[in-house]
Amino acid sequence: MSTEVKLTCITCPVGCALTVRLDDAGETTVTGNKCPRGAVYGTKEVTNPTRVVTSTVRVAGGTDQVVSVKTATDIPKGKITDCMRALEQVEVQLPVHIGDIIVENIADTGVDIVATRSLR
Amino acid sequence: MSRRREDIVIIGGGPAGLAAALAAREAGIRKVLILERDKELGGILNQCIHNGFGLHTFKEELTGPEYAEKYIQMVLEQQIPYMTNAMVTGIEVLENNDKCVTAMNKEDRLVEITAKAVILAMGCRERPRGALNIPGTRPAGIYSAGTAQYYVNMEGRMPGKEVVILGSGDIGLIMARRMVLEGAKVHCVAELRPYSGGLKRNIVQCLEDFDIPLYLSTTVSEIHGKERVEAVTLTRVDEHGVPISGSEWRVPCDTLLLSCGLIPENELTIGLGAQMDAKTGGPVVSEHLECSVPGVFACGNVLHVHELVDHVSAEAEKAGRFASEYVLASESKTCKSEVADASERREEGWE
Amino acid sequence: MKQYDVIVIGAGVIGCAIARELSRRERRIAVLERASDICEGTSKANSGIVHAGHDAMPGTMKARMNVLGNARMETLSKELDFPFRRNGSLVIMFEQEDILKLEELKARGEANGVQGLELLTPRQVWEREPNISREIAGALYAPTGGIVCTFGLTIALAENAVVNGVDFFLNHEVTEIIPPAKGAGSIAIGGYRVTAAGTQFEAPVVINAAGVCADLIHNMVSERKIKIVPRRGEYRLMDKNSGSMVDSTIFQLPSRLGKGILVTPTVHGNLLVGPTAEDIPDKEDVATTAEGVRKVMEMGAKSVPNLDGRQTITSFAGLRAHLVTEESKGSDFLIEEVADAKGFFDVAGIESPGLTAAPAIGEYVAELVNRAYPAPEKADFVSVRKGIPSMANATDEQRRILISKNPSYANVICRCELVTEGEIVEAIHRPLGATTLDGVKRRTRAGMGRCQSGFCSPKVVDILARELDVDKSVITKNGTYKGNQNSNILTGYTKGWQPKGEDNGKDVLKSSEKEVDYE
Repeated sequence: MSTEVKLTCITCPVGCALTVRLDDAGETTVTGNKCPRGAVYGTKEVTNPTRVVTSTVRVAGGTDQVVSVKTATDIPKGKITDCMRALEQVEVQLPVHIGDIIVENIADTGVDIVATRSLR
Repeated sequence: MSRRREDIVIIGGGPAGLAAALAAREAGIRKVLILERDKELGGILNQCIHNGFGLHTFKEELTGPEYAEKYIQMVLEQQIPYMTNAMVTGIEVLENNDKCVTAMNKEDRLVEITAKAVILAMGCRERPRGALNIPGTRPAGIYSAGTAQYYVNMEGRMPGKEVVILGSGDIGLIMARRMVLEGAKVHCVAELRPYSGGLKRNIVQCLEDFDIPLYLSTTVSEIHGKERVEAVTLTRVDEHGVPISGSEWRVPCDTLLLSCGLIPENELTIGLGAQMDAKTGGPVVSEHLECSVPGVFACGNVLHVHELVDHVSAEAEKAGRFASEYVLASESKTCKSEVADASERREEGWE
Repeated sequence: MKQYDVIVIGAGVIGCAIARELSRRERRIAVLERASDICEGTSKANSGIVHAGHDAMPGTMKARMNVLGNARMETLSKELDFPFRRNGSLVIMFEQEDILKLEELKARGEANGVQGLELLTPRQVWEREPNISREIAGALYAPTGGIVCTFGLTIALAENAVVNGVDFFLNHEVTEIIPPAKGAGSIAIGGYRVTAAGTQFEAPVVINAAGVCADLIHNMVSERKIKIVPRRGEYRLMDKNSGSMVDSTIFQLPSRLGKGILVTPTVHGNLLVGPTAEDIPDKEDVATTAEGVRKVMEMGAKSVPNLDGRQTITSFAGLRAHLVTEESKGSDFLIEEVADAKGFFDVAGIESPGLTAAPAIGEYVAELVNRAYPAPEKADFVSVRKGIPSMANATDEQRRILISKNPSYANVICRCELVTEGEIVEAIHRPLGATTLDGVKRRTRAGMGRCQSGFCSPKVVDILARELDVDKSVITKNGTYKGNQNSNILTGYTKGWQPKGEDNGKDVLKSSEKEVDYE
């Protein structure tokens, strides 16, 4: 027995309609993808769906400034809420440089939060 | 009033303006000036903190600020001068076909810049509530999605707690996710048309991931609330977009975000007398991206609204190159005619 | 108890005009306004027309005040520096058989003292106004018709009143009026005691200029009850690129329900189409309706067929204060000392042509009060007021001078209407300065343009917060005057973050103090 899942690939703006077949042995085959990244996405989405999370962190000192950040790579979907909660109390000191690690290993995902812009 | 002379003035320091400036410099134009009305370069990319930019241009997935920063770094490396907080109030065509651009900001005050060519890269704006003619009250709590995006992503402030979004353009979808992640409840996204105007992947990762319903063929038929939005009435529409009576339902909320289309921002272009294209909302341009006014080029969302910033950058590079060709050609013409003048004079024995 | 010589209830154009005229004499005057700003009721949502004066029946208050107000407007616009233009008006008719009605209108206007009225053939109309419908059968031309900035006029009157010593109390809704006690021989002891926002005021003279609520105020003191029905009118405001479709104000021959739909340029170069006329029960219901905005477009296109609905930048509705009387003929302005309430003056039922009439009503009411309650002329009355400089309307040379005096006049905040930081800061710090987004908008036009504040509102919020020294969380669209509901722009921080320390609480307090602190 194998199961079939239909997905829209979110890797790029093309948005390919994927069909992911999961067989008894846990092996997946992806069809409908126009590029190899679609296959990777399709497999991940049915086994361990992940997302890149983007948000902001507050600049220390009570100003209205925030610095945009992201998870350096995708994290498990189930960890998004924990990730956001962990960012709640984070404050950064200026200057911030693009790519700076703001939080290491956010919500125990093994993934760092990095700045996506520079701010002086 | 201070005066400057440039070869090319670029109006707008967003993705289009930055790419055009770099291309012009690469084509050998020394005197390029970028005029940016915001306090920093980068344009709307600065507030688009989500990822998904740059797959074509940089072969990697970047956030808006990261994409902008790459271009800003190149502009700084090339030492291309720019003015920020600088609003252009008018462009005039001089007798010799040069352009005179009037701009102002606090530091430089009133500035008149004469240039051989101008590249229009002012971008676009969102269609406001008034243009949509949504009946009802006019309380606080109605924002275009981009304005809400500015408050959330640039200032860390929330424009509302209980949100309904009208229009499923990409900014609306992106903001649905942003509002939820930052602590608001998004009740639904309503779309007048029978299909979404946004990218499929945004429907997946911004709506489906967060169980936000998308109602197609649905619109807001009334806004309620005196001081702040208290609710909206949603209504199904028929194939002509006309509300179906009896299909209304009321959704309590304190915020209505509008993502109902973008309009190229062409007040300067129209002021110049350039011929406009009613379909795109941008100027009519030649294959060289030149408007009906010679020496004035346009690129990016001011020309027509693009789906991807990567396409804007590519188009702007072309505009930068074409504007450079125009400048170089007019220079050689001037040189030639000067030479010709000189030879005539010699022939006539003036020297 | 705050003691005054005169209390004016309502800070619309009528209340402000009266307060200014009364301030020519030595007296203490208070204006009580329920909203957070002046010009928040009927005065902020109307046609902005200075009517020539041919509509009202000869001998009525409406006719008299209209023609006099029209005559005063130009001088006043120079004295107080607000936008006014005498663009002329046309009443167009579509059926030749209506010529009798048009002639009647002309005769009526002449009886009212309107100068220069002229019947035009369709050809003459088209020469003047090429975009007018080919279906017309003729028109009545009134060269004295004009247009005015309704905010500009009201704000100018109010600012000038403040300069001449009038105290404005905003966010002060009147909840109770106790008439003077009667002593021996029915002689009044003390004045009217007026409660507003929990504060007691007392004055021997009260002027009721409460617009659609004037009946509620009147009925607090008089046994002879009056009733005012809000008559809602919906409008569409079109982009400036449609502003020159007509130069004059184009009326359609009036019908029983009002003046029909008009199409007019505004003093700022937009095009305004409207209003509908619908009697409604709710005195605060300024919601637009799908039916209304459609009707506006349909009927407007009868006059100007090329009207493009897609150029609409906003639609809005306003309420006219329609006084219901027993006579079926249509009501007149009610401007008089109330028979059973000596010292209490009604200025009620001020519907169209109320805006035009405002300067004349101000003078007339001041005369009534001066006669019964004389006071010496003020030697140092200031009759002139200068408005906020407008970068949008300034010449290059004027711009240069403004910027050289204050560089923040070079910092453009509203790109659609070219409004600068300098103008907004000034709007906040003038007498009765702006404290809300709408307040800034009405004083400077920031946010009034085609993007309808999409780009500039965060910047205006910043400037308001900075200049009022409050956190921007307390900045509102149009105040908090109705109890717990409020019009805040922002609802908190991202991620539910809360500012640490006592800063925030202090700021909120400061702002609420500021909102009432106009004495």
